[in-house]
Amino acid sequence: MSRQSPSQTVGPFFHPALIDVQAQNDLVTPQTQGERIIITGRVLDGDGVAVPDAMIEVWQADYQGIYPHPNDPRHTEADPHFRGFGRVDTWQTGDTFTLRTIRPGPVPWDDTIMQAPHINVRVFARGMLIHAVTRIYFAGEPANAADPVLSRIDSARRETLIAQQEDTGDLPTYRFDIHLQGDSETVFFNP
Amino acid sequence: MTDATSSALDWSVHPPYLHEPYRSTVKRSPQQPLVPLPRTLSELTGPVYGEDTVRPEDSDLTRNAVVNGEPIGERIIVTGRLLDDSGHPIPNALIEVWQANAAGRYIHKKDQHDAPLDPNFTGAGRTLTNDQGEYTFTTIRPGAYPWRNHENAWRPPHIHFSVFGTTFLERLVTQMYFPGDPLLAYDPIYNGIPSEEGRQRLIAAFDLDLTQPEWALGYRFDIVVCGPQQTPFE
Ligand SMILES: [Fe+2]
Repeated sequence: MSRQSPSQTVGPFFHPALIDVQAQNDLVTPQTQGERIIITGRVLDGDGVAVPDAMIEVWQADYQGIYPHPNDPRHTEADPHFRGFGRVDTWQTGDTFTLRTIRPGPVPWDDTIMQAPHINVRVFARGMLIHAVTRIYFAGEPANAADPVLSRIDSARRETLIAQQEDTGDLPTYRFDIHLQGDSETVFFNP
Repeated sequence: MTDATSSALDWSVHPPYLHEPYRSTVKRSPQQPLVPLPRTLSELTGPVYGEDTVRPEDSDLTRNAVVNGEPIGERIIVTGRLLDDSGHPIPNALIEVWQANAAGRYIHKKDQHDAPLDPNFTGAGRTLTNDQGEYTFTTIRPGAYPWRNHENAWRPPHIHFSVFGTTFLERLVTQMYFPGDPLLAYDPIYNGIPSEEGRQRLIAAFDLDLTQPEWALGYRFDIVVCGPQQTPFE
């Protein structure tokens, strides 16, 4: 056994290395299968002020609920045109992040139960010595009611994990604001 | 899915979200207890990187941004192994680095420190670990730089590391520091790490055997990420 290396903040100057060179806020190519969606939101501090130097990373299954990774027993059937990983910052706009992706399928919890469609999220920022872990679920999704992760969480706080659909026209757009602190603090996980 | 509700992250080495001496943590730190998350396929998978992710020159920061000459400063070689906390090396893992130049200035537009940019140095690099989990960067020793956390605050010279293990659970962003640096004692970011053992883990070791005569000094920096101690569907 070795002890883990401690985390340190991503700091304010990560963009030339991590963002500009590998802009990855669009997970979709013309060949990708599944329903196109937009996810947009802000990262808010304890005063409700948008954090302008945050980075969001997302990892999700494809439209069938398959992860393109060898630990997924079905990975050979994964959509070859979907990498599942995305990354976006809030610096370019000063407050808002926007991702284009596809709605993921449900993912197994065990041999009998499924998890509702969700996107795994990591939040990094100046002022965060270690990243925060959360999930995006989708409003109006019937499977949310039986999801084994959502059902562990107080109903009062569960809503913080559910992206709300906005009426914006073009593509289905979901708003997911991440509250680092305050009365509506987002549920963060200890993975 | 295993019903392992115990944390895989070792909070005796990782800094807490709130560390008041680092002022920006005060309004950006979650305050509610973290909710345990069992390891499901969502946690035990992650992006897979291949040879097409990086070019060989990406790991040599003394060459990957040359415009009209060599970057200024002291050349260093930084090498090490990426392991999980069971001691297994992690091959084919993406490691990204970024840093200030020898004068303590980042190429970032928001960095207003009154120190010169280096036209031949961007301070950004990336590489994949090899079959043994080993990586190597060639770069310039970064300078210290001031920040506005408190009166006369200076960051100790450091290289930022972003590491992907084989699963999203293993994701780590950290910083590498240099041995014997007197600024470490005053740095609230470094001292956010709760144990001396943890702090020591982020200090690279000078290694004369890695030093290349007439060329560059060598440092060793091993990185250990939280591993998937239990696997699903066994
Ligand atoms: Fe830095």
